[in-house]
Amino acid sequence: MNKTVNQKAWLFVIPVFVLVAFNAIIPLMTVVNYAFQETFGNNVFMWEGTRWFKQILLSDRFHAALGRQILFTLIILFIQIPLGIFIALTMPKEGIGVSVCLVLMSMPLLIPWNVVGAMWNIFALPDIGFLGHSLNALGFDYNFTQQSGDAWFTTVLMDVWHWTSLVVLLSYAGLRSIQPAYYQAAEIDGASRWSVFRHIELPKMKKVLTIAILLRFMDSFMIYTEPFVLTGGGPGNATAFLSIDLVKMALGQFDLGPAAAMSLIYFFIVLTVCWVFYNLMMKNEGQS
Amino acid sequence: MSLELRNVEKKIGQETHIYETNLKLEKNTINVLLGSTLAGKTTLMQIMAGLDKPTNGEIWFNEKNVTGVKVQKRNVSMVYQQFINYPNFNVYDNIASPLKITGVDSNEIKNRVGKVAELLKLSPMLNKRPNELSGGQQQRTALARALVKDSDLILLDEPLANLDFKLREELREELPKLFEDRDCIVVYATTEPSDALLIGGYTATLLEGKIVQHGKTLEVYNKPNSLQSAQVFSDPPMNIAKIKKLGEVCSLISDDVSWKINSKLKDGEYKVGIRPHNITTYKEGSNSLEISGKVLISELSGSESLIHFTNGDLNWVSLSNGIHQKNVGEQTKLFMNSDEFLYFDESNKLVNNV
Repeated sequence: MNKTVNQKAWLFVIPVFVLVAFNAIIPLMTVVNYAFQETFGNNVFMWEGTRWFKQILLSDRFHAALGRQILFTLIILFIQIPLGIFIALTMPKEGIGVSVCLVLMSMPLLIPWNVVGAMWNIFALPDIGFLGHSLNALGFDYNFTQQSGDAWFTTVLMDVWHWTSLVVLLSYAGLRSIQPAYYQAAEIDGASRWSVFRHIELPKMKKVLTIAILLRFMDSFMIYTEPFVLTGGGPGNATAFLSIDLVKMALGQFDLGPAAAMSLIYFFIVLTVCWVFYNLMMKNEGQS
Repeated sequence: MSLELRNVEKKIGQETHIYETNLKLEKNTINVLLGSTLAGKTTLMQIMAGLDKPTNGEIWFNEKNVTGVKVQKRNVSMVYQQFINYPNFNVYDNIASPLKITGVDSNEIKNRVGKVAELLKLSPMLNKRPNELSGGQQQRTALARALVKDSDLILLDEPLANLDFKLREELREELPKLFEDRDCIVVYATTEPSDALLIGGYTATLLEGKIVQHGKTLEVYNKPNSLQSAQVFSDPPMNIAKIKKLGEVCSLISDDVSWKINSKLKDGEYKVGIRPHNITTYKEGSNSLEISGKVLISELSGSESLIHFTNGDLNWVSLSNGIHQKNVGEQTKLFMNSDEFLYFDESNKLVNNV
């Protein structure tokens, strides 16, 4: 049988290809390009091989930023995931309360990131901010612009406020999809509230929770805007997470090569963690 | 042992879900609740189980009033239309779960789970999780969980509805045997008349929140007390036609088909209910009547032919054994077995043997 050759199909593929090329492949390749070269401006480049990668991987500055980043992400996950599940469990299941809760929960998610940072900055100012002033009035020595512990506390609190809703909404969706018969069956068995959570709700929420953890991991690991506006990475380098440090290096010091190498390492870490995590979570999933 | 609903009524808001109901289920019986979706089968079962409280009325179990007693204290088990098992337990742990909670010792658990698993053909897959099983096996697991516990009351809420045809047939045949030697009351809700006939026991026909009739399955089938009960217990739907009786002769109002009956019924108008399998392409019984009609649809299945036709202003359904090819639009002759006619009066009561 003769197959007709028809190359018109390419017309449908090309727009997507061009789009992806311009918004992903070409910018990424530029970064790859910088990562292996040295430049002194004037569009003059010199080949450097893997020197920048070695430099970054061995630098104390990168280790410190990475350490802060991992710590921050872990704290965020350990607070937001359980808290989100807990709030979702206590949310009403029917009636007008459902829409009220959903709207309230969505609010923080609708606020632009730098506005969140600015809001919390003002909110937490020790002299005039409601939070900062109240804490000081209560006898706490609180000043997030000068004490790194306070800066961390404020950053974490801000992120919890901003993003727990996402976990809540996802968990709530997962909970709502459990058929009432499961709860009835458990009731007939005489199962405790904890068993119902452990053996019905948690396994049934597994998929949405995987998504929630993945999203929260990626977002918090790449967090930039909010701490940038809130603390600017300070005091000192106390809240200079990877992105903030990266921007300092690339735009502040204009070290394009090392910054490009760092970007790639950063990208690689996020990608690897997501891949490993997703595969671990989905390892025992059957067809359904 | 008996379960009794006394004047039970269930309202949600302004809406009545179950109208005042009296029902007594006896020891060691299988009781089929037969009715279409939304007839109130599930609500009734939940009231029986104690998952839901009736708005009015009382539930008595073993001559004790158990209204408002929680389900955990009633020794009830239930199987649902959906396959409900603990998703992260394997089959063994799923079956064992009701026993573990009540604190039965582990040897006893092993013993009982083994027996039930054997009975339900689950022994080879005790280590698998529900999502690795077929629908039929998942439902077997759920059934095993219900059986392992020696409940006084076992409720099955359309347990076969989500299974595909073959598995349904297979499990349906096994079901009555599973309950044979048990000291319990079984309630089985279904929308399918054929389920009720196969399972036997007792049947209660339900229509829009009311129990229309309760009695031995075959009696309810052969002698429905009303048109409603007969309609609920007929699939494909029963043919209903108005007739006129004058002396010994009955005749269809819509067509000039007439026949003789021996009855002391008053002259007047009645309705006749004819089950589809009593209208056939061949003669059956000693008093068969000819009816002609135009074929609307003819459906052939493996060994039966379902022919829809019009006669007068009515649509009729007939069900014949064997394959009988009819073309759409064709004029055809069929035979009704008048011995099996059910006669109903104006108030839809059965009047056959008056």
